[in-house]
Amino acid sequence: MADLDAFRADVRDWLEANCPEEMRQPIQDEEDVVWGGKTFNFTEPQKLWLDRMAEKGWTVPEWPVEYGGGGLDKAHAKVLREEMRKIGARAPVQSFGIWMLGPALLKYGTHEQKLEHLPKIARGEIRWAQGYSEPNAGSDLAALMTKCEDKGDHYLVNGQKIWTSYADKADWIFVLVRTDFQAPKHEGISFILVDMDQPGVTTKPIKLISGKSPFCETFFDDARAEKHNLVGELNKGWTVAKYLLTHEREMIGGMGSGAMRPMGDVAVQQIGLNEQGMLADPILRADVVRAEIDGLAFMSTMERVADEAKAGQGVGANSSMLKYYGTELNKRRMELMMDSAGSSGLEWDADEDVARMWLRSKGNSIEGGTSEVQLNIIAKRILELPSA
Amino acid sequence: MAMVLNEEAGMLKDAARGYLSTSAPVSQLRKLRDSGSEDGFDRKTWADMAEMGWTSVLVPEAHGGVEMGHVAAGVIAEEMGRTLTASPYISTAIMGATALSRFGSDGQKSEWLPRIAAGEAITALAADEGRKHNPSSVAVSAERSGNGFKLNGRKTFVAEGHVADMLIVSARTGGSENEAEGITLFLVPRDAAGVTVERKDTVDSRHAADIVLDNVEVTADAVLGEVDNGLGALEAVLDAGRAGLSAEMSGSAQQCLDSTVGYLKERKQFGQIIGTFQALQHRAAHLYSEVELGKSIVLKALQTLDAAPDHAAMMVSAAKAKLGQVAQLAAREGVQMHGGMGMTDEFDIGFYMKRVRVAEALYGDANYHADKFARMRKY
Repeated sequence: MADLDAFRADVRDWLEANCPEEMRQPIQDEEDVVWGGKTFNFTEPQKLWLDRMAEKGWTVPEWPVEYGGGGLDKAHAKVLREEMRKIGARAPVQSFGIWMLGPALLKYGTHEQKLEHLPKIARGEIRWAQGYSEPNAGSDLAALMTKCEDKGDHYLVNGQKIWTSYADKADWIFVLVRTDFQAPKHEGISFILVDMDQPGVTTKPIKLISGKSPFCETFFDDARAEKHNLVGELNKGWTVAKYLLTHEREMIGGMGSGAMRPMGDVAVQQIGLNEQGMLADPILRADVVRAEIDGLAFMSTMERVADEAKAGQGVGANSSMLKYYGTELNKRRMELMMDSAGSSGLEWDADEDVARMWLRSKGNSIEGGTSEVQLNIIAKRILELPSA
Repeated sequence: MAMVLNEEAGMLKDAARGYLSTSAPVSQLRKLRDSGSEDGFDRKTWADMAEMGWTSVLVPEAHGGVEMGHVAAGVIAEEMGRTLTASPYISTAIMGATALSRFGSDGQKSEWLPRIAAGEAITALAADEGRKHNPSSVAVSAERSGNGFKLNGRKTFVAEGHVADMLIVSARTGGSENEAEGITLFLVPRDAAGVTVERKDTVDSRHAADIVLDNVEVTADAVLGEVDNGLGALEAVLDAGRAGLSAEMSGSAQQCLDSTVGYLKERKQFGQIIGTFQALQHRAAHLYSEVELGKSIVLKALQTLDAAPDHAAMMVSAAKAKLGQVAQLAAREGVQMHGGMGMTDEFDIGFYMKRVRVAEALYGDANYHADKFARMRKY
């Protein structure tokens, strides 16, 4: 305990001295989010904050020091997060490299692969995209057909991925490819890392109902991949893919809680209180309070599931429960945001952009495995109900 | 605080499950109902619970208790919810013990706490007067008389009122009917002159009572806490009970889920196990998610009661509101997925539906607590 207290004091002093004032302001829009990568336009404070945090290994506090992390255990990392939250410090960088590829490489990568890729993720130098879904492999992801052929000293990749987040801004992509077309569908898949800076890889943004294009189609046309960038064993990529998916689910599910303003506060600001000090729309008030209570129960569940995992009592498939509930909850919140905002929420390109957030949230229960797929997983893995 | 049970609470949970599932399962409640038991619970089981120390988890060591806290009390209540074991546990070991240990005078503590810990005294909270829970709406009057008070009026839906040795009665010593000020709590022996107990059968095969107070004379020593300023203490006692009921409902919801999933794995229709049907799988999986959220918010509320009892009201209301909904969903889904069998008295699932309806209503239903939560959040 004394050790943690001393660490807390050190962290507090260091953050106070090193976190630029601009990086303590609440995030207003997408521009304020630092994704890193070769082509990212950093503001000066963003770059300063990233470099200082990366120097300490605190962009990825729990990764080993030799791979660019801070080498902290869970308890120390929690202290760091708490102290950052206290001063409103923004994440110095967020990325699919940190959330998804990093954990997968730490578990399945070779020492050389970790040394090559992890430090660049930690320093925000390389931005990664995720090449999973295909036009004919959505919920049925294992039906993917992107072809990967052994050409002796390298692999050749041909095919198309879809829903690749920010692929047009990414530097590298981790891709699920088919390396055996004869084997059963789950047993012919491999997990490979591809440099996007080559003529064989092209991207095309997809415009969504929100009017924005966070996703792309990504085309592989005789794209080259190096042999040492195959992660895990050949044809055993599904294992890596599933492990990474649990991290993705936790990340998307977590969006239902986090640092968002309580829904009640938003509603009060938008529509005000009546003479009795109650939200002026009584039916909306009932919906808002139920959503807040469910939010509290959801956050308590995230905490409990994490603590149970730490104590070795966890149910692994609970990531599906969190993904399902968190995303459905977030969609409810966004509906309530729109209800509260009234006509101001209906303006396109308004300052607050509620409408775009509302529309974007509809994808939460589709991406990373639909709600229905999560319910299938819960039924099968947790409730152990039989398959048809 | 980590959201897992410590070793001590974990052992208590195992012990409670072991005892209740063998010695006080749902068949016990069925038997009590069918035999027309006037107590509505089994005295031998209650004595066993005291023997095992369950009635003393909230009693301070100085008064013969083990002082394990609300998480431990909740663990026991949750297991009782699984087996629907009827007992005065929540009214006495949780609410009675909380009332006396937190607000009792030294004399009151030494008179009642050792007896609660030993399972020798049953207490009941007589707070409500109308159909809907509203602790600040008090018409029962307590007029000063000599060096004491004279109580008059009627209390309704008093859980365990029919078997209580001592009633904790909220009465008005000042202010008007709906005012927060002017409420005082009194410890009234049930055998005091002028106390009439009208036992009622409730839908859950248990009992409650209306209590009529007709010129009941008590001394000044009967006041629990402060005169005119009893609402805070009343709310604290209620919150302990609400958290206990939430834990009970969490156990009932888990049991509904378990038996429903069990049924889905056995029952065949169209030549198939019905658990293979996706329409049912998704209902069960959604219910699982809700039950898990319920478990978490209950643990959070119990931990908050232990760590910061004066700041637990919001978390307790969140838990009572959430579990009121989750447990009723579990019972409704349970009956539906048991099909026709779910409608029969022979299957246990109906007993759960009836008990959670009562537990949900007691000390504020889900709507009451959602509203209270919103008020505390200032909207």
